[in-house]
Amino acid sequence: MQEVTSFILDLELVENRSIHAQYVLMKFHDNKPLPLMKPGQFAQVRIDGSPTTYLRRPISINFIDTLNNEIWLLVQKIGDGTKTLAKTPVGTKVNMILPLGNSFSMPKPNEFVLLIGGGVGVAPLLLLGKQLHDQQIPVKFLLGARSSSDLLELDEFSKYGMVYTTTEDGSAGEKGYVTQHSVLNSCVFDRIYTCGPKPMMQAVANYAKLRGIACEVSLENLMACGIGACLCCVEDTREGHVCACTDGPVFNTNVLKW
Amino acid sequence: MVDLKVNLNGLEFKNPVLTASGTFGYGEEFTDFFDLSRIGGIIVKGTTLRSREGNPYPRMAETASGMLNAVGLQNKGVKYFAESIYPRIKCFDTNVLVNISGSTVEEYAETAEVIQLLDKIPGIELNISCPNVKQGGMSFGITASGAEKVVSAVRKVYKKHLMVKLSPNVTNIAEIAKAVEFAGADSISLINTILGMAIDAERRRPLLSTVTGGLSGACIKPVALRMVWQTAKAVKIPVVGLGGISSATDAIEFLLAGASAIQVGTANFIDPAIAPKIVDGIVAYCERQGFKSVVELTDALIIDERQTDCRN
Repeated sequence: MQEVTSFILDLELVENRSIHAQYVLMKFHDNKPLPLMKPGQFAQVRIDGSPTTYLRRPISINFIDTLNNEIWLLVQKIGDGTKTLAKTPVGTKVNMILPLGNSFSMPKPNEFVLLIGGGVGVAPLLLLGKQLHDQQIPVKFLLGARSSSDLLELDEFSKYGMVYTTTEDGSAGEKGYVTQHSVLNSCVFDRIYTCGPKPMMQAVANYAKLRGIACEVSLENLMACGIGACLCCVEDTREGHVCACTDGPVFNTNVLKW
Repeated sequence: MVDLKVNLNGLEFKNPVLTASGTFGYGEEFTDFFDLSRIGGIIVKGTTLRSREGNPYPRMAETASGMLNAVGLQNKGVKYFAESIYPRIKCFDTNVLVNISGSTVEEYAETAEVIQLLDKIPGIELNISCPNVKQGGMSFGITASGAEKVVSAVRKVYKKHLMVKLSPNVTNIAEIAKAVEFAGADSISLINTILGMAIDAERRRPLLSTVTGGLSGACIKPVALRMVWQTAKAVKIPVVGLGGISSATDAIEFLLAGASAIQVGTANFIDPAIAPKIVDGIVAYCERQGFKSVVELTDALIIDERQTDCRN
């Protein structure tokens, strides 16, 4: 028998905090110790009570609070499924399969790293930032959004590193896109991790490629199973069609056809 | 103690619950979630003679109580299966059948011959019903003559259990089933996905890269049940029912309609541990209803005099 790595668990929702009209931060607890989860991995969450939602929803692991044995999910209310999930009352048991997918790779010694997030895509970067911070690796976050209210969890990010921000309307941080931020000119980075809207990630990947910087992106392709069985979420890479759920969601941009 | 064993024309299964091709990978994807020896069999991912990249993304669209897919038989070819995947899965303590597909009759036969050499694979499921490929696939399965031709060719070279998977995208399923039986199939499985389509109204574009795709999930169950019932009445060989089975009750309905075994498909995506739960549920039903063996359920449907099918 191979070692079990993913589990189907009923986790209790202990906090459901609205942090914006569009986003909720959901914290789940289990009485037993949660399985080991790595930055970049995701959970397949079953959503009950939404007649139009048939499949599970893949949601990035935002944070693991080891002290309280909690897993945090940052959820953007996009369609019926996520809107229903966001309305779940505290105390409800929610069924999820986790952890799934690969994870961000750790930097080599003495590499300077930058974590670039946009919108709800900042979610996996919090756990990644904490893990890097725990390993005494200096962390810089560059977070972009449309306007100041769309910048999520800034207080959490600032616990683990320097936080730089951009907004499209200039309401917080520097005005413009993440790829225009001045920190990119004032510091030299060896490795970039990014997650967010596809155009943003593509711009970041392009920036990194031109400068020979290693770059990892986390993709959010449409998924059915989340465990590599259905082959629906494929990304067209230099190695052919591969599943974003098992070969990803994290990819080195070298293998992508971007 | 309920006897769960079923025998499909000489091939014995420890229970009637199998997992459907394309929804269960190669079985390995599910070993985290349950012990595969608990189910009757696994039908692994559609395999073709040569490697196929499948269709472009997006390949999936969620629908009311179901989903559309347009994967298009992505696989690394039968040689890769035999050399790299088979050695990893041959130890599974359950019947592992390989679903095979092709663009030509010759490709089907050649692929079957390669699989025949694998000791621990007691049978194949011939896919003449994939709606997501340009050549072959469903085009063989929508006419009686096409179905007969490909099944005969494979029957000539393949000596182990030959299950043939039928398409629901036909007017007269009984006619296709009879042709497949005549051509030498050992059993019939049905239904494959129903051809469907999804549109994003705001963007005025189809949701799938292939425009149309195959519909599966709970929403197709009534269609599947009807076709299994019609097929079981039309042929003497055993019928394996599938299409939207998501619970033990669903599975039992297929057995009552005439199926000798069932396959669980899309439900594996929603609960990867559903298959053994269905086995448990069938046992509970048999105990409650006083059935000593699961074979007694097959065709145990009661239709009284006032219920007549106007189509017969």
